[in-house]
Amino acid sequence: MRILIIEDDRETADYLRKGLAENGHVVDHAPTGPQGLAMALESVYDALIVDRMLPGLDGLSVIQALRKEQLNTPVLILSALGQVNDRVRGLKAGGDDYLVKPFAFSELLARLEALGRRTSPEEKVVTTLRLADLEMNLLARTVTRARHPIELQPREFRLLEYLLRHAGQVVTRTMLLEGVWDYHFDPQTNVIDVHISRLRAKIDKGFDVPLLHTVRGAGYTLREPA
Amino acid sequence: MNLPNLTRTSAFRLTLLYMTLFGASVLVLLGFISWSTIALIERQTDETIEAEIRGLAEQYRERGLFRLVAVIHDRSADHADQSNVYLLTDPTLGPIAGNLTNWPAETDAGGWVHLTLKKREDGKSVAHQIRARTFVLPGGYRLLVGRDTNEKDKFEETIKEAVNWSLALTFGFGLIGGVFISRRMLARVDRVSTTAQGIIAGDLARRIEISGSGDEFDRLAENLNAMLAQIERLMSGMRLATDSIAHDLRGPLTRLKGRIEMALRCPPETGQDREALADVLAQTDAALVVFDTLLKIATAEARTDAEDLETLDLASLAGNAAELYEPVAEEKGVALDVDTEGQARIRGQPQLLAQAIANLLDNAVKHTPAGGRITVTTGNRGNGVALAVADTGPGIPEADRARVLERFVRLEESRSTPGAGLGLSLVAAVAKLHDATVHLDDNNPGLRISVRFPADPRGDGVNGGAPEPDNRLN
Repeated sequence: MRILIIEDDRETADYLRKGLAENGHVVDHAPTGPQGLAMALESVYDALIVDRMLPGLDGLSVIQALRKEQLNTPVLILSALGQVNDRVRGLKAGGDDYLVKPFAFSELLARLEALGRRTSPEEKVVTTLRLADLEMNLLARTVTRARHPIELQPREFRLLEYLLRHAGQVVTRTMLLEGVWDYHFDPQTNVIDVHISRLRAKIDKGFDVPLLHTVRGAGYTLREPA
Repeated sequence: MNLPNLTRTSAFRLTLLYMTLFGASVLVLLGFISWSTIALIERQTDETIEAEIRGLAEQYRERGLFRLVAVIHDRSADHADQSNVYLLTDPTLGPIAGNLTNWPAETDAGGWVHLTLKKREDGKSVAHQIRARTFVLPGGYRLLVGRDTNEKDKFEETIKEAVNWSLALTFGFGLIGGVFISRRMLARVDRVSTTAQGIIAGDLARRIEISGSGDEFDRLAENLNAMLAQIERLMSGMRLATDSIAHDLRGPLTRLKGRIEMALRCPPETGQDREALADVLAQTDAALVVFDTLLKIATAEARTDAEDLETLDLASLAGNAAELYEPVAEEKGVALDVDTEGQARIRGQPQLLAQAIANLLDNAVKHTPAGGRITVTTGNRGNGVALAVADTGPGIPEADRARVLERFVRLEESRSTPGAGLGLSLVAAVAKLHDATVHLDDNNPGLRISVRFPADPRGDGVNGGAPEPDNRLN
């Protein structure tokens, strides 16, 4: 992906640039609001990472200006302001996701890749989600693997749906908490891990190739067997 | 309290305004009375004069000039009423009878004339105002009848005096009253100012004295005192938060530092540095969680999020949280039951409430041994809504119950379980934000924590009906 980082803190920007480049992304950097806005309007990017507190023009104003120009590039807001209403304000201004500083790089990468995927043209109304021999019917709310029906609780169904919609990507615990439970905080117990292992028992147990994998230090991924 | 200070008070200015208005109304009132009274007196004078002229003209007509002269002589004699003036002249204006010497030079159309006569009274010359009417008798004789208007003048004099006195008294009393009221008000305002200065100087515990009369000053003082209490509460909350941050971040940071130093001392070839780094990262995250939770508690206590409250169903929030924790509980061999009777509507901040419920469940799961049971209940209680999480764990001794809601309090028994001791403090702070109260009771055995919320004032409050199937976990 081609990514523009609008961030005034040199060290954070370098850290992001290095990490993203290592993961195969092309990164540009703008240290001020106006410069970032100009660059975002001039070139085509797959995603923007925007800090909220920027010199010249604050991050939310940059996003608002971009949206006014009908530029729909996905934006990940990066901010030290982490209160509930800060987040609401950020998303209202046109941000697509909101990550509070300090953050884990794996979290940022997972969210950024999820955002980049979101704009892909395949985002249509789908009634069936499929991965290898796993199939989910969204209308009948049924799941089968290799034609064997799998019984899922409503919440397990939503968990699997989220993973299927992000198939091939790393999904972090906080992404699952936000996407499936609408929890914008992190419960301190490993609640998600237990839900995942339950789900894994239902969809992978008894099959030769596992589909649901744990990504150490990051989260989980549902992917096709290699 | 000096005078210039006094005259600048609003009470004084108000008094002055009232005084002016009152003075003006006194003036208008007395003016009207004098005007109408004088008009009445004048009319009476005129009527008397006309009646007399008619009488005299009749005498002349019926009994001739001699009789008229005799009557006039008689009436204007020294012993007669000196307030009457008469003059009878021949057609060439030569005086025939009466107590006036000269015929007036000019009269108006109706024959009325105004004369000034000087009379000697007690050795002094006093000017008398005379209102008179002239009349031409058949035969060309002229008759003048007048009356002294001193009576009216005296009345006018009296009125003027009354006006002057009233105005003087109005202003006098007004001024004294104004000064008195202003002094009283200033004294009370000064007491408020003195208190405020004391608070500015750093004594946050000071409060404005309340006189007990329940007047507007008392109401103001009560409100200001409530405000001061809130500020003091926030300040002490803030101080506690910073103290806690200083105190409890020092622990993890010290451990972090120790771990890094230890890793640095290890020879690089042992390959222990990666393990150390992972450990350091985990400890940093733990410190960040403490920091984040403290911030959340401080924000909830400062009620800066209060405007983001929305109407929500506590039963569904509780069901959601229970569903999240159910697998963890099950893994530990603890049963987790949800018992929600219909909807439980309150005004609240969903994320903070969800976290508070999650914290309660987190604690319950941690402290309940295998084979135990956790029960989450919500329901309408009286005119409010209650949420309770009960477990069959070791419980909390009654003496410690109030203390566990404070920050960083971890009972000796729970030292072995992980946590920063902030879970229940966040619950308490979130409850406070929602005007709810937290109660810790014995669950025989175990602990039962209930949070009692006031009902949503906007909604219809109580909705019976079946719980949403999504919330049922069994």
